[in-house]
Amino acid sequence: MRYIEPHAHMVSRTTDDYERMALAGCEAVCEPAFWAGFDRSSPAGFYDYFSQLTEHEPKRAAKFGLKHFCWLCINSKEAEDVKFAEEVIALIPKFLGRENVLGIGEIGLNKNSRNELCVLEMQVELAAQFNQLILVHTPHLEDKLKGTRLILEVLKSDKRIIPERVIIDHVEEHTVEMVLDCGMWAGMTLYPETKCTPARAIDILETYGSERLWLNSACDWGMSDPLAVPKTALEMKKRGHLASAIEKVIYQNPKNFLKQSPKFKILRS
Amino acid sequence: MTRQQILDLYFLGARHQLVELAAFLDRVERADGKDDFRLKNFRAALAKLNGKKKNKAKNVLLAFSDPTVKPIAKATAKGATGAYPK
Repeated sequence: MRYIEPHAHMVSRTTDDYERMALAGCEAVCEPAFWAGFDRSSPAGFYDYFSQLTEHEPKRAAKFGLKHFCWLCINSKEAEDVKFAEEVIALIPKFLGRENVLGIGEIGLNKNSRNELCVLEMQVELAAQFNQLILVHTPHLEDKLKGTRLILEVLKSDKRIIPERVIIDHVEEHTVEMVLDCGMWAGMTLYPETKCTPARAIDILETYGSERLWLNSACDWGMSDPLAVPKTALEMKKRGHLASAIEKVIYQNPKNFLKQSPKFKILRS
Repeated sequence: MTRQQILDLYFLGARHQLVELAAFLDRVERADGKDDFRLKNFRAALAKLNGKKKNKAKNVLLAFSDPTVKPIAKATAKGATGAYPK
């Protein structure tokens, strides 16, 4: 069954994962800029990372027949130093014209600090200025509720931001409704222990319907599963969901959101 | 799916998770030392499973969540602990 992986950190994954994803039916993978597990020591580190996302990683994906797209930003874990963040943000416009860049992401909050909020606002401004799609990371665990509320306040207060062009990722049962009520998209991340499970993600679909919802693995350098999306599709099948309903969630929905960027073109669309 | 079908599909997995939860509590209570805010949070969240009130998963997540609304002055750590010291 074909699917799109809308959030995977492939720079931290091996070619085995690319192969498995391709075999499982993946047609495109989208990679937001994120925290590498350590703080980069200079803006030049981000320049190299953005080059990796826009030049090297698409070639790696292409060897497995996969289209690779990316998002650019400074992530919230590296946003406490505002001056540093400003220097990184100043680099981003140089890369926005590259053919696989879909928008600004994954911006958001981590510990919900004032400086993180300031850097979020700067990147929302950047997205508005350059008419970019926005992909948002919501904080982990006990910080998620507060962070989601703060993020939505920032986005709603800027009238240039069109809700349908924003995806709020890593929603769970206590945040999904407030995101959908704003008219934005909500991403359910199938990540061990700290985020959703396939069963809970399907519960959310059955409760709220499948409009403006997508699934992703957010697989990265931690223990995570690049096949979480097709495994959830299988779980949906076990629950009796029709093939058309499953394809809507794992293929049509991400395609419908992402094609709002004219750069999102995949074969056999 | 009917309730029977859901039970057929998920009961054994849920039973397994409940036994794991019970074993975790046994393990913690067997060990010397005091509870910290995480365990207090955990017990409060566990209480949300009782009764017929709906949205148990949501209420458990809310029980672990930071309920404050203002940004903090400075982030002094990167990670989250899983519970909020109320």
